[in-house]
Amino acid sequence: MSALAPPRTASTAATGSPSEPAPVRSGITVPAWVWAIPPVVLLALAVLYPLGSVISESFTGPDGGFSTRPYVDVLSSTRFRTALTTTVLIAVGSTVGCLVLGLVLALIIAFVPFPGSGSAGRFIDTYLSFPSFLITLALLFVYGTVGMANGMWTDLTGADSGPFTFLSTPWGVILAEVTFFTPFVLRPLLAAFAQIDTAQLEAASSLGARPARVVRSVILPEALPALVAGGALVLVLCLNEFAIVLFTGAKDVVTLPMLVYSSAILEADYTTACVVATINATLSIGLYLLYRSLTSRLGAPTDGGRRARP
Amino acid sequence: MGIRLDGVSVSYGGTTVLDSLDLTVEPGEFTALLGPSGSGKTTALRTVAGFVRPDSGRVHLGGRDVTDLPPYDRGVGMVVQSYALFPHMRVERNVAFGLRAQGVPRNEVASRVTEALEMTGMGSYARRYPRELSGGQQQRVAISRALAIRPKVLLLDEPLSALDARLRAEMTDELARLHRELPDLTVLHVTHDQGEALTLADRVAVLDRARLREYDTPRALYDRPRTAFTAGFVGSANLLPARLEGDRVRVCGLELPVSPEDLPAGTADGAGLQVCLRPHRIVLGPAEHTLRGTVTDLSWRGSVHHLTVDVDGRSVTVELAGHRTPPGPGGAVELGFDRDDAVLIPVGEEP
Repeated sequence: MSALAPPRTASTAATGSPSEPAPVRSGITVPAWVWAIPPVVLLALAVLYPLGSVISESFTGPDGGFSTRPYVDVLSSTRFRTALTTTVLIAVGSTVGCLVLGLVLALIIAFVPFPGSGSAGRFIDTYLSFPSFLITLALLFVYGTVGMANGMWTDLTGADSGPFTFLSTPWGVILAEVTFFTPFVLRPLLAAFAQIDTAQLEAASSLGARPARVVRSVILPEALPALVAGGALVLVLCLNEFAIVLFTGAKDVVTLPMLVYSSAILEADYTTACVVATINATLSIGLYLLYRSLTSRLGAPTDGGRRARP
Repeated sequence: MGIRLDGVSVSYGGTTVLDSLDLTVEPGEFTALLGPSGSGKTTALRTVAGFVRPDSGRVHLGGRDVTDLPPYDRGVGMVVQSYALFPHMRVERNVAFGLRAQGVPRNEVASRVTEALEMTGMGSYARRYPRELSGGQQQRVAISRALAIRPKVLLLDEPLSALDARLRAEMTDELARLHRELPDLTVLHVTHDQGEALTLADRVAVLDRARLREYDTPRALYDRPRTAFTAGFVGSANLLPARLEGDRVRVCGLELPVSPEDLPAGTADGAGLQVCLRPHRIVLGPAEHTLRGTVTDLSWRGSVHHLTVDVDGRSVTVELAGHRTPPGPGGAVELGFDRDDAVLIPVGEEP
């Protein structure tokens, strides 16, 4: 910030009233756009160029020229279609799970006074900084093929393997994603709940509304933007989640990021990897744009209502 | 439906905020709970609403013990300082909220909403959102919303404190009108503003430091306060130290005749007392009893002058209405009052 300050003062002084001379500093005034160069160059080198390479690679045919052939191949393959369906189903399932669990937990933390509700809020903040594979690893310890639960079962019954195999199914992935991503819904919800005037809840209650109605008609409508924001964030994160899927060790659960990984690293099919990656990225960006337009529409009544009735 | 609190005590983490309060509000009566902040008046109201559970004591509404009922089963209307309107609902839906929650038939809701809004003159604002209304209008909607469910008891928690002085006066008249038009509605009104309490209430309960100090009509509290706290909190008062000597009370060199019924109960001969003199009951010049002193300060408040006079080392405030040329600081004055204007109250704060 301090680096930006001198040119700003200089430029306002220059365009401002001529009676006040510009403060004498180094004597050289740098145009504002010059300051935009370093970040743009950095961005180009670190993000735009590699991203561009991936996209251009995805449009490269076997002969090295421009071709949509890789897309036709990938889109028509059952492997890709299965991966796409799996990705979307897991992402949607996890998001729904996160929203339901997050909402219930947020309501309890925010509105049911219990000792330690403050610590619960702080724990969520810490939880957000955990790496995602840590959760999967923890679940593996408990429910994995050689985990505690199965270990106890085999010790007790003498069987070769335990009954807990769900971790390597799509349900295992959903369980791990819900466990890990719920705080991403909780955080904005708790912030939104904190904004609600408790007097409103009391007013609703004195008017005869039972807790369920208070939640439905007062709390939820006021927290809807936060719920949508949290849900959209989790949906995008789940679509792109790689570490959790990898760590569950589920061979049959192939999501788009897993497909990119196996194509590029295991099969050295760089073009296919790039095609899938581009599709995955497009999906994410599309969702993000949808989310932006939704949130701006949700926020709109504030001004819209005023304009409609002067 | 009357309200009866029986020895209601509330404490938070070892601090007693309400100390065995006994209070009865008759059906149709307007009672003000008056007191400084921290006196427990809001807590008392919240025990009636059901948001605070008393540690001991019972709360009765219309003869029914409601101590264990949740707020949504008590059927009392409530209006708070912050209006607490639902921001995402239009005025009509705000007012309809209680009706829907109580399962009023759909075809009846609209007419009841209109009726409730007409009561506060907000009929033409039904389609607005709360944020499109001024503070006074929002408070009217909040009152309509509380009245729409036709409660037998209306609780007002500092409803006018967020309004500016002019609106507050307007809304005070509005509340007085509603009280006249709804004679069956029992109202409990929490306020720290003595003007509101004196204007609106049939009876005023004065609370201080978690306890009920006095409970009487505004007139009686004002004219015959029984404690120094009430004297100072309801209206302003000069409290002069006095002593009972036989059938006389000696105060600032004067002797006032007393009859036994003037004295606080149990005052022994020779005991200390306080004489309460209202500033506006004192006149310049000699009267039945006359104090002499020196003016130390003079301030002008538009319709009245406030004169501070030093009498035997005690400062006495006098409110003069309609004086064009009041005596300035340093001038010697005579302050006259009638025996009837001097009220005898005990030295301590307990009645």
